Amino acid sequence: MLRYLKRNPSLAVGIFLLAILVVFIAVGMLLTDPEDARPLSVPALRRPSWAFPFGTDRQGRDLFAAMVVGTPLTLRIGFIAGILGVTIGTILAFVAGFYRGAVDTIIRGIADIGLTVPGLLILIIIAVSVRGGLTVNQMALVVASLAWLNPTRTIRSQVLTLRERGYVEVARLSGMNGPEIIFFEMIPNLLPYLGATLVNAVSAAILASIGLEVLGLGPLEAPTLGMTLYWVNFNAAIINGWWWWWTAPIAIVLLVFLGLFFMTVGLDEIANPRLRRSV
Amino acid sequence: MSGAALEIQGLRVSFDHPLGLLRAVDDVSFTLRPHERFGLVGESGSGKSTMALAIMRMIRPPGHIDGGNILLGDTNLATLSGDAIRRARLAGIALVPQGSMNALNPVMRVGAQVADAMRDHGVSVSARAIDALMARVGLPAGTAQKYPHELSGGMKQRVCIAIAICLRPTVIIADEPTSALDVVVQRQVMRTLADVQQDLNAAILLIGHDMGLMAQFVNRLGVMYAGRLVEIAPIAEIVRKPRHPYTEMLIASLPSMDHKDALRGIPGLAPLLRDLPSGCAFHPRCPKARDRCTTERPEPRALGDGVLAACHFA
Amino acid sequence: MTAPLLQADRVGRVYGGGLLGAARTVALDDFSLSVGAGKPSVTAVVGESGSGKTTLARLLLGLTTPTSGTVRYRGEDITRLSGDARLAYRTDVQAIFQDPYGVFNPFYRVDHVLTTPVRKFRLASSRAEARALIELALRTVGLRPEEILGRYPHQLSGGQRQRTMVARALLLKPKIIIADEPVSMVDASLRATILGSLRRLTDDLGISILYITHDLATAWQVSDNIIVMYRATAVEAGQAEAVVKAPAHPYTRLLVGSIPQVSQTRDWLATEPDLQRPEERDAACRFADRCRFTMAVCHTDRPPLSRIGLRHAAACHLHGQHADLAAEDLNDVLA
Repeated sequence: MLRYLKRNPSLAVGIFLLAILVVFIAVGMLLTDPEDARPLSVPALRRPSWAFPFGTDRQGRDLFAAMVVGTPLTLRIGFIAGILGVTIGTILAFVAGFYRGAVDTIIRGIADIGLTVPGLLILIIIAVSVRGGLTVNQMALVVASLAWLNPTRTIRSQVLTLRERGYVEVARLSGMNGPEIIFFEMIPNLLPYLGATLVNAVSAAILASIGLEVLGLGPLEAPTLGMTLYWVNFNAAIINGWWWWWTAPIAIVLLVFLGLFFMTVGLDEIANPRLRRSV
Repeated sequence: MSGAALEIQGLRVSFDHPLGLLRAVDDVSFTLRPHERFGLVGESGSGKSTMALAIMRMIRPPGHIDGGNILLGDTNLATLSGDAIRRARLAGIALVPQGSMNALNPVMRVGAQVADAMRDHGVSVSARAIDALMARVGLPAGTAQKYPHELSGGMKQRVCIAIAICLRPTVIIADEPTSALDVVVQRQVMRTLADVQQDLNAAILLIGHDMGLMAQFVNRLGVMYAGRLVEIAPIAEIVRKPRHPYTEMLIASLPSMDHKDALRGIPGLAPLLRDLPSGCAFHPRCPKARDRCTTERPEPRALGDGVLAACHFA
Repeated sequence: MTAPLLQADRVGRVYGGGLLGAARTVALDDFSLSVGAGKPSVTAVVGESGSGKTTLARLLLGLTTPTSGTVRYRGEDITRLSGDARLAYRTDVQAIFQDPYGVFNPFYRVDHVLTTPVRKFRLASSRAEARALIELALRTVGLRPEEILGRYPHQLSGGQRQRTMVARALLLKPKIIIADEPVSMVDASLRATILGSLRRLTDDLGISILYITHDLATAWQVSDNIIVMYRATAVEAGQAEAVVKAPAHPYTRLLVGSIPQVSQTRDWLATEPDLQRPEERDAACRFADRCRFTMAVCHTDRPPLSRIGLRHAAACHLHGQHADLAAEDLNDVLA
C-alpha cells in the first residue's frame, strides 16, 4: 500500500491532508469542552491566545471548540448526502443502462432535466419550505435530493460500456440472470469508479451544504463551517477586522476541499489504468 | 558493410519490470540491402514489433535501447538527438503501422493528414501533388477530400502507405500492415506496397506473423523467437530447407490448401520474457534438444548459401 | 422426423432504417441452417467482416434477436423457451469466442469462469465433485489444472486462456459448440493445436461444431462442410473438399486465389487490380460490383442457390442451368 502511495502522489497528498483534519478533530475533542461551541459560553471577540487558540466570536463561542464540533457536522452532511446520492444513482444507472428500453429513456430524461435546472435554486426552495428550521440530518437529505443526478448519468455510461464486454456474454451463456450479472460481474469492476464518484459526490455535497448555510438556510444552532461563515457575514466580521473569525473556517474548508480533490485525482488513476505512469 | 540500406548491429531493447529486466530484443543483428524486401517473422513475445519501434526510436519508458547500432546508410539512428531523429523519420525511414484504423486522425481529411506530415518536414505541397500521391497508392480520385471513416480498411491502410512514402524514404518498415484486413484486400495492399517500393527504389522491412505472406512477398526472411534472431535465409532456401527447429515446426504448423494434414502445432508455450530458459530459449519445446542446449546459448552461424542459424545442430 | 436440435429458420437481422433514418444495414438475409442434426460434424461458416457470419453466431446463441424469421431449439422459438427448456438449450448449445482476454472478468481468477456454469447448472453436488469435473475438462483440452486454476487471466497466455474457454464449453457436455473465430487472436503455432482439439471434440465426443472464421485454409483443414458468406447471404455451400478444390462462385474463387501459401507455384503478387464498380453495388446479385463474369441477369435477378452436385451448391447465375435449391434446404448439401 505504501509503495503504491509513492507512485500515486495525488492520492498520498489527499490522504495526508484529510489525515491532518482527522487528527485535528481527534485532538481537539480531547482538549476542549464541546459546550464552549455554544453561544454565550466564553467572552466575546477575543483574539487568538493560549486560552482560545482560534479566538472567540461575537456571540461568545470558542472558535476552536466550534471548529472541532462543527467540522464533523459538515463532513457528516457531505457523507450522508454523498453516499445516498451515489447509492440511488448507482441503482438507477444500472436499471437504465443494463435493461435499456423505456425505463432507460425515463430515467435519463429525469436526470437530464434535473441537471439543467440550477441546483442551488431548488435547494433554496426546499430549505425554505421546511418549517421550523433544519437539523443536520435534514440538511443532508435536502442536499441528497439532488446529489443522485450526476452519478446516475456518469455511472450509466460505464454500465453501457461494461455491458458489451465478452465476460458479460459468457455469464449469460453460463446461466446467470440480469441481477446476478450486475452484482457479480459488473459491480466488482466498477468499484474503483464508484469510489471516485463517491468522493466527488461528497465534495459536491459539502459545497452545496456550505452554500445553503452561508445564506442562512442551514441548521441555525449547529456551528457547522457554513453557519460560522453565515455569522461572519451577518456580523460584518471582515469590515470590523475580526480576522480570526473567518480565517479558521476558511482554512478548514480549504483543507477539506484540497484533500478531497487530490483523493479524486488519485482515485481516478486507479480507476483508469491508462493514466498510470508506471507499470 | 557499406552500401546497406539499413544495418542493425547487436541491438538490445529492454523493459524495466519489478521482477527484473526484460530483454525484448536481445543482441539482434541483420542487414537490409538496398531495394531488398526483408521479412521478420515471429509470434507473441518474439520482439519483432519492439524491433520496428526501436528502429524508429519510438520506444518509451519503461522500455529503452540498451545497446547496439542502427545504421541508416551512414547515420547511426541509435545515437541521434531528438531533433535529428525527427528529421530522419519519414524522410529517411518510414513506418507503416499496424491497425490502420487507429493510425489516422478521425477529424481531419486524409489529404490534409498527408500534407501535415510533409509540412512538418518543411516541404510545402500542392493539392495536385497530394492527389498524385493518392493515385500512386491506387486510391481513386477524390480520396484526399474524404474523412477516414468514409474509407474502407484497405483504403485507410493505403493512405498510411501514402503518408509513409510522401518524402521518398530509403527504407520502409511495414509492421503487420494487413493483419486487420481480409485476404482479398490484403493481396491488393501488398501489391501496392510492392509497386511503391519499385517506384522509390526503397528497401522494405516487413514484420509479421504470417509465413505464407512472407513466402510470397519477401526476398529474405529473419525468424525471431523470444527476442532473439534464430534464422536468416533467402526465402526460397528457408522454405525448402529450414535449418532451425523452430522455423521447421512453424512452417509445418501452417494449414495447407493443397492437402489435408493432421494439424500439427508446436507443443508447449512461448516463454515469458521474465522467465527465459537457460541456454537456447527454444530448448523446452525442441524435439532435437540435447544437454548442450540447456547450458550453452547458440549464436547465429553462417551455414553457406546466405543462411544464418542459431542452433547447435543446424 | 425429429426436429433438428438448433435451427435458424429464415432468419434475418437488419440494423437501423428506423423513423429517424439511420442507414439501413442488412447484417443477415433470409438464412436457414440446421445444426446438430444427424451425424456430428464440423461446419465452417467462412466470410470477411460484414458477411453476416458473426451475426449468425449471435442469433443462434440467443445474444441477439432476429428481425425476421425464428431461431429454434428442438422446434421451439428460443425467445419463448420456458425455464426447463431454456436450461436445456443453454446446456446443449455452448460457445467459444474470439477474444481470449475479454471473456474473462479481470476481477476474478480464471476459476470463476469454470465454476459458474457448474454452479448454475448444478453439475456437481459437492465442491470436490465440481473440482474433479473442472480438472477433467481442463485435461481434455491438454491443459494442466495446476497451471491454470488459481491464476488471474492476465497471468495466462492467449493460448492457455482460449483453451480454458474450450474446457468451459465442455463442462456442460453440450451437443453443439459455436466457435466464433476461436483462433484468430492466437499464435499461428498454437492454432493447429487448438483446432486439432476442436476436431477431436467432434470425432471422439460427438459434438457438432459451427466454426466461424475468415480463414478458408483452416476451415478446409478442420471441417466437413463449408458455407461461404458474402454480404449477409450464403454464396456457396457444400462439402469442404468440393468448395475449396472446385469453387463455383466467383467470390470463392477470388478467396481461394488470394490466400498466400508457403508453397505456391504461381505469382501470388501479380494480381489483377481490384474490381470495384460502386454504381453496381445495389444490383440484385450482391457480388455484381466486384465480379468479372456479370451478365445482364445479375443486375435484375437475385441468383438462387443452384445445386451443382450432390454436396455442392452456389448462388450464381453462371450455374443457372442446374436445379434450384431453396434457401431453407441448405442442409441438403451438407454432410
